[in-house]
Amino acid sequence: MFNSLKIAGAAGTLMLAAALTPASAQMHNHPAPAGTLMLSPAWSRATPPGAKVAGGYITIENKGTAADRLVSATADVAGVVEIHEMAVIDGVMRMRALEKGLDIAPGGKVELKPGGYHIMFIDLKRQLKEGDSVKGELVFEKAGRKPVEYRVMPIGARGDMSGHKH
Amino acid sequence: MAQQATVLRIIRWGAWALIALLTAAAIYVLTRSEPPKVAIGGPFTLTAMDGARVSLPDAEKGKPFAVFFGFTHCPDICPTAMYEMGQLLKAGGSATDDFRVYFVSVDPERDTPEQLRLYLSAFDSRLIGMTGTTDEIAGVARQHRAFYRKVPTPSGYTMDHTATIYLFDRKGSFWGTLDSNEAEAPRLAKLQRLLK
Ligand SMILES: [Cu+2]
Repeated sequence: MFNSLKIAGAAGTLMLAAALTPASAQMHNHPAPAGTLMLSPAWSRATPPGAKVAGGYITIENKGTAADRLVSATADVAGVVEIHEMAVIDGVMRMRALEKGLDIAPGGKVELKPGGYHIMFIDLKRQLKEGDSVKGELVFEKAGRKPVEYRVMPIGARGDMSGHKH
Repeated sequence: MAQQATVLRIIRWGAWALIALLTAAAIYVLTRSEPPKVAIGGPFTLTAMDGARVSLPDAEKGKPFAVFFGFTHCPDICPTAMYEMGQLLKAGGSATDDFRVYFVSVDPERDTPEQLRLYLSAFDSRLIGMTGTTDEIAGVARQHRAFYRKVPTPSGYTMDHTATIYLFDRKGSFWGTLDSNEAEAPRLAKLQRLLK
């Protein structure tokens, strides 16, 4: 969790972007066969009135033998969508945009969840209310565009409690 | 690159220094018998979310209160902290009726009083948004040894900030903190001791 932020903080010598891109991820050259990425149900949280941002959460599992990378995302409620990482380190909340995206190692699983990696919805076009859904796409380097639908959970929700399955 | 690493190192040292200071201050405050001499917090004056200028601790008239630094363009930590604070106040029952939590914006450029009022209306009426000029905010953060910094993103900027909740006693003296990764039971116990 929050490896890059921790490494950057602890060693104090690595730039975030460098820390976020393990060289090993590039060693595999096989294309990921379509359908080897497993996406959990996606979810978000209701936003307070006036809020201009929200987080999108999902777990991405790579069942294939090649690395892939989440490079961008879209969402119908947001003017801008970015991929972010966040951590509270030594009592200070820090958030950074992952401009090179988020690596999904073969056999690996990356959780986007509150307090960590997230899809950042920016310039919200409307308030997100519990029970709404947000439509969008996740764009992977190899697996291409994957449609996702974020279920809006209550403010403060820790996960997708609805138990719904895609 | 080296410059960024240096900045990160300085931030980290600063953060550790803050933690050490707050911990030492909390231990001191909790074990002392006399009023504390550790100066964390007010007095300060900011613009509250109803537009009125509010001075702390005077406005609290001898009641304990809390201060949190945050901003409304925060996807997760701030709304979660405010949601949990609301839950904590409800769990505390009638003893918390007059307990106020001041949400001081570290992003006064975007957080107008009206923006704070709208935003905090989702949580609990005991949460009071506070904003001011950039100088005023910098001053209040300094008084609390709180860290914040504007960080550019591809589409604009975000704010790094201290996410600790500061507690102040009846005299307006720093009393302790609530931390986001503490469970509700110890946080409630602390709040109840503060309110006793
Ligand atoms: Cu973010």
